Amino acid sequence: MGNTADMNVVVCVKQIPDPATPGSLDPATKTLDRSGKLIIDESDMYGVEMALQLVNTAGEGEVTLVSMAPNGETGGLRTALAMGAAKAILVSDETLKGSDALGTAKVLAAAIKRAGPDLILAATESTDGYTGTTPVQIAELLDLPSVTFAKHIEVDGTTVKVHRQTEAGYDEVTCPLPALVTVTAGVVEPRYPSFKGIMAAKGKPLDQLTVADLGIDAGQVGQAGSGQTITDVADAEERKAGEIVEDEGDAHEKVVAYLEKLKVI
Amino acid sequence: MSLNRIWVLAEAFGGKPLTITLELLTKARELGATVEAVAWGGDVATYAAELGAHGATKVHDLGDLGDSLAGPPVAAAIAAAVAAGDGPDAILVGQTYDGRDIAGRLSAKLDKPVLTNVVDLAAGEPPVACHAVFGGATIVKATFDGGAPYIYVVRAKSFAAEPSGGGAPEVVSLSVPDTGATNAAKVVERHVEERSGPKLDEAPIVVSGGRGLGEAENFKMIEELAKLLKAAPGASRAIVDAGWVPYSYQVGQTGKTVKPTVYIACGISGATQHMVGMKGAKNIIAINKDKEAPILQIADLGIVGDVHKVLPKLIEALKARS
Repeated sequence: MGNTADMNVVVCVKQIPDPATPGSLDPATKTLDRSGKLIIDESDMYGVEMALQLVNTAGEGEVTLVSMAPNGETGGLRTALAMGAAKAILVSDETLKGSDALGTAKVLAAAIKRAGPDLILAATESTDGYTGTTPVQIAELLDLPSVTFAKHIEVDGTTVKVHRQTEAGYDEVTCPLPALVTVTAGVVEPRYPSFKGIMAAKGKPLDQLTVADLGIDAGQVGQAGSGQTITDVADAEERKAGEIVEDEGDAHEKVVAYLEKLKVI
Repeated sequence: MSLNRIWVLAEAFGGKPLTITLELLTKARELGATVEAVAWGGDVATYAAELGAHGATKVHDLGDLGDSLAGPPVAAAIAAAVAAGDGPDAILVGQTYDGRDIAGRLSAKLDKPVLTNVVDLAAGEPPVACHAVFGGATIVKATFDGGAPYIYVVRAKSFAAEPSGGGAPEVVSLSVPDTGATNAAKVVERHVEERSGPKLDEAPIVVSGGRGLGEAENFKMIEELAKLLKAAPGASRAIVDAGWVPYSYQVGQTGKTVKPTVYIACGISGATQHMVGMKGAKNIIAINKDKEAPILQIADLGIVGDVHKVLPKLIEALKARS
């Protein structure tokens, strides 16, 4: 914790296979295949933007990215550095392959501890794995309070005020710092990296650490530490395309007839 | 082969158990010999009988959590029960805002993995969980290697809720241990956003709009069509992110799972994130300009056309009938 004007924010960033390309499972481990080119998870750009704005409002402090990848991938982190983050910590280690949410949380928590932030931001869930539990697991491991599903965040001195999405609407929640907050896509509009930002990102510090550097036992992470096994992978019962009609100005009649057939009108 | 004792996290709202709570109790009866519920909120007595009627023989009541968020106290109470040797073999949690918080904290406290996005469970020691991946095109089965308790986070509408004919359960109190710094977040005020018409996840017909509508103003067509069909309006993530409609309209992986009789997708291309939330609809009608749109590959009736042309005519035709 720095002085009160200082606002240091860690953003958890995941680098994932491009969601625009079809996903696949690794035939050996049956976990998601992440061997190809990875990009920043779009869901994380909201947290990066929010962090940049909070630091800007505070006047002092910086944004640190924390990420984990088995293969030393840095492309996605460079995107977030180009947006304006000051530095990045990447935990990269072959042994991380096949880590589950809790194993990932252990690694990220240990890396975040080194940065000693006032606030930790993460997406509500990743786009590829979408378990949605890692951020709260991190908070518990660090003995911190957490507020999930934020659609509005402001920091007032040493308190973070959040509008948290609920089933019925939203809750106004206040929480003393340090704390962890997960953000929904509605929280803020992410900026595009500028050319200047992209050039500057190349020179920003990007620390690479191993699991051993963090003092974590390799048995706690990766496939070995996941405590779960995929037993079967099968294609879901396929929904076949029905009738496809090109609209010639009367397609609405087809819809009405279909609804009539179903006896819903 | 089944487990001995299962706990279901019994989330409730406004003095009634959530539908997902009853769905989980129903499934739990297949998975274990004894089904018990964990409930909180200060008004557990008002709905304990309904939990009993769906199979809970005992309700562990945490009492009123005051202005706390549910995650830290509920996880701490369950972890304390486990540590005292009075825990369950498996814990079923609904994939809700609070459910994920509780499961995440519990997992870290117990140092146990958690399986999320579960859409089916098969009895066993431990039970085997099914997950839908790649927008529901692939089903992955997974199970735990280590010991109990096993934690499963289950998506809504994975099972049908059916009464067991069970009587009133025994209600016992379960104390919440000191939660320290983890419970420092406090709810200052709760806001309820009213939305008219039937509830999105219960409506027999859902009419959803996506980016193809072009601009926020055009969502009015979705609302008007929904009203004519007594349907609930829904939305794709793209237009929720763009701020056209509130998050509560979102259908998909991050939003609601819907299984209506008819789902009408207007100007929605069918990203995997959306499909996973609506693939279970009995009938799907899709209207999209792009004949390559994935949504047309799963629609029972696909209209390759411009929503700006088709929807006004459809609205007029339905108005003429009423």
